[in-house]
Amino acid sequence: MRNIFLCFILGILFTACEKTSDQPDARKETAQNLTSAPPACGDAIIEGSIGDASNLIAMLAADSASHDIASLCYNGLVKYDKDLNLVGDLAESWDISPDNLTITFHLRKGVKWQDGVEFTADDVMFGYQTIVNPNTPTAYAGDFQEVDKAEVIDKYTFRVKYKKPFAPGLASWGYVVVLPKHILEGQDITKSPLTRAPMGNGAYKLKEWKPGEKIELVSHHDYFEGRPYLDGFIYKIIPDTATMFLELRAGNIDFMGLSPLQYLRQTETKVFQENFRKYKYLSFAYTYMGFNLLNPLFQDKRIRQAISYAINKNEILEGVLLGLGEVATGPYKPGTWQYNPAVKTYPYNPEKTRALLKEAGWVDTDGDGILEKDGKHFEFTVILNQGNNERRKTAEIIQRRLAEVGIKIKLRTLEWATFINEYIDKKNFEATILGWTIGQDPDLFDVWHSSKTHYKELNFISYKNEEVDRLIMEGRHTFDLEKREKAYFRIQEILAEDQPYVFLYVPYALPIIHKRFRGIDPAPAGITYNFVKWYVPKPEQKYTIQP
Amino acid sequence: MLPYILRRLLGMIPLFLGITIVSFLVIHLAPGSPVTIQTDLNPKMTAEARERLRKFYGLDKPLHIQYYNWVKHLVTLDLGRSFSSDGRPVLDKIKERLSITIFINILSLLLIVLVAIPLGIFSAVYQNSLFDRSTTVFVFLGFAIPTFWLALLLMILFGIHLGWLPISGLKSINYEYLSPLNQLKDRAAHLLMPVLISAFGGLAGLSRYSRSNMLEIIRQDYITTARAKGLSELKVIYKHALRNALLPVVTILGLSVPGLIGGSVIFETIYAIPGMGQLFYSAVMMRDYPLIMGELVIGALLTMLGNLLADISYALVDPRIRMR
Repeated sequence: MRNIFLCFILGILFTACEKTSDQPDARKETAQNLTSAPPACGDAIIEGSIGDASNLIAMLAADSASHDIASLCYNGLVKYDKDLNLVGDLAESWDISPDNLTITFHLRKGVKWQDGVEFTADDVMFGYQTIVNPNTPTAYAGDFQEVDKAEVIDKYTFRVKYKKPFAPGLASWGYVVVLPKHILEGQDITKSPLTRAPMGNGAYKLKEWKPGEKIELVSHHDYFEGRPYLDGFIYKIIPDTATMFLELRAGNIDFMGLSPLQYLRQTETKVFQENFRKYKYLSFAYTYMGFNLLNPLFQDKRIRQAISYAINKNEILEGVLLGLGEVATGPYKPGTWQYNPAVKTYPYNPEKTRALLKEAGWVDTDGDGILEKDGKHFEFTVILNQGNNERRKTAEIIQRRLAEVGIKIKLRTLEWATFINEYIDKKNFEATILGWTIGQDPDLFDVWHSSKTHYKELNFISYKNEEVDRLIMEGRHTFDLEKREKAYFRIQEILAEDQPYVFLYVPYALPIIHKRFRGIDPAPAGITYNFVKWYVPKPEQKYTIQP
Repeated sequence: MLPYILRRLLGMIPLFLGITIVSFLVIHLAPGSPVTIQTDLNPKMTAEARERLRKFYGLDKPLHIQYYNWVKHLVTLDLGRSFSSDGRPVLDKIKERLSITIFINILSLLLIVLVAIPLGIFSAVYQNSLFDRSTTVFVFLGFAIPTFWLALLLMILFGIHLGWLPISGLKSINYEYLSPLNQLKDRAAHLLMPVLISAFGGLAGLSRYSRSNMLEIIRQDYITTARAKGLSELKVIYKHALRNALLPVVTILGLSVPGLIGGSVIFETIYAIPGMGQLFYSAVMMRDYPLIMGELVIGALLTMLGNLLADISYALVDPRIRMR
């Protein structure tokens, strides 16, 4: 059996076969098994998660665990495919009116809720009305408040008209906004049993939820895309990652995300190589150092560029992520259609830093190793949130490099709520190291538009650039991908030139999965986009799930 | 006795209200609110939506009104609904976690009492012997070793290398398919490491306490008298001295009543045990006011009752106190 496992991955097929070439039996068995491992229903996958879900009505939850589970139980009108293109899910197709204001969705016929009632345009309408209802405590109302009018044309046709053309709006019609009207109508959604036990239209349904312990889902045999292969999905809550890793090693969980250290140093043993497969792809997030642009110190572009030249991003990548990531050059993930690979970069170059700073008037006149201008030292404080080791390490590496060019920085770590409420929100900081998750839609309005600099808004560094503002609105108001691409490419060039952030790195996601699972196909979207197609060949199935 | 108890109970009411007022104020003083923590840095969040959430939780009202509303509900034993996105009743959330925490704490407290008191007594009787010294080292090791570190080492040893015990959690994944006897075994196996480890850390306090008590009592006049009467050493120590040395233990046990519902965050996190410690910690981090207040109320009540219980049982076991 060991050899079969070893040989399964095509990537290592050659080496493995070389090793076993003097053992004809093993080789025959291998070849046989490769062809005779057809997809089969059955078995379950156990995923380790550090947090429990909170609410399985997705629009009421903001945590990733709840969305992980809810997205298996509910499908929406649209979804992103493996290459991050927006495709129909419960909508077979959609038309966009020539003025870009109206989207008409044509729904798939015959899709059923898990209780057998048919899914129709009324359910979409109900979901929309619920999400914009002022009494619904949801964080997702924003995109839907751009809607001018929503109407049900017939059972299978749903139409929305926006106040202004709104490209990010299309993607918002996902699983978050679809709810079973026949169950929830007239109820207080926040107290509905569906918050704990979903009644969805998706591939999985809830079997049991033991708070703080596990969430167990079983497959929905009448799923509209066909019965999912895996009968069970168990979400096991293990808050400590070291414990989770030991459970993985002991074979009690099948699937978890690894830290760079675990990926490189702790999973190279025989046990792991024989039983697990590791994956590596860019995650949807980046880390940056942002400057408060209201502070006179950072208003000169040359200063920001100088600091960027003084920071060795590759060194940070090595030191913090053991090389498991890529250097970020802008707010997008490398490899996506909106990512511009040809922007200005700032490779480590302390000479350039010194030249730029000198040009801006910063010189070390008193010989204490710190630059001065008008009698003031070049020093500032970088604030960090507590509990994020990666950011802390990043900051320390930056601190050392900047000291070398005569800039003194102090680091200050704060508890999250204090960090946000007292410092970021009040713009009471000089610089900070933070991260953003990268949305699948390239819209940058919330973080980069100059109108978003008010209290609690996300352009807290107060970046203001008229051309960027105009391009953001351009990209937002058209569905034409070419036009959008052009706008976003240009924005990236401007941001790279302006360096309001020093873009640092995009880390890799590093999932590890037991070898018995097949059908996993890493793509720009990650690996879980085709979860319903994962399977375990009959002879290797481990668990039996009774529905 | 009865009037005394009644008086004490009545005195608890203002004390209890005072505790709730101070807690309520302190919680609201901390920066951030449940709304901001749920929505900070979320690009989908608009100012309007945030305002809606504030209203939904009643946070737009002045503080004293919020407190009044909370007390109004409390009188009907309603602790309100959690401010986290699950919005469940606080009582439900506490209930489902309370039993496991109490169970583990009682087991480990029993273990501590059973091991620490004899350790302490023997150490005192054989003061400065090899036994005394080695137990000192042993209990202080337990006190000083970080739980999470020891827990991980034991997990690797018993869970991975020897394969004798499960690593974490409360039940195996196939628990529901096991026979009742095996279910019991499964539960016990899961509890063994957590209980042992939490007891190991708690040995130092009680054993040191009973040791110093015993040392003090052995030097008392009535022990000298007992010895002078010609009683055997066994009788002197285990009849006359021991009884008196155990008295303060009653107080300590009374004081550990509120501790029974408080779990340890680190310990529960390491062993993936869904207990009160994790619940309270996340409630504080999320500024889940009703849940924090709920746990504080229960904690305060238990502390006061524990104190009362200790005082009463003290009077019961010690005639000198009863006379006053």
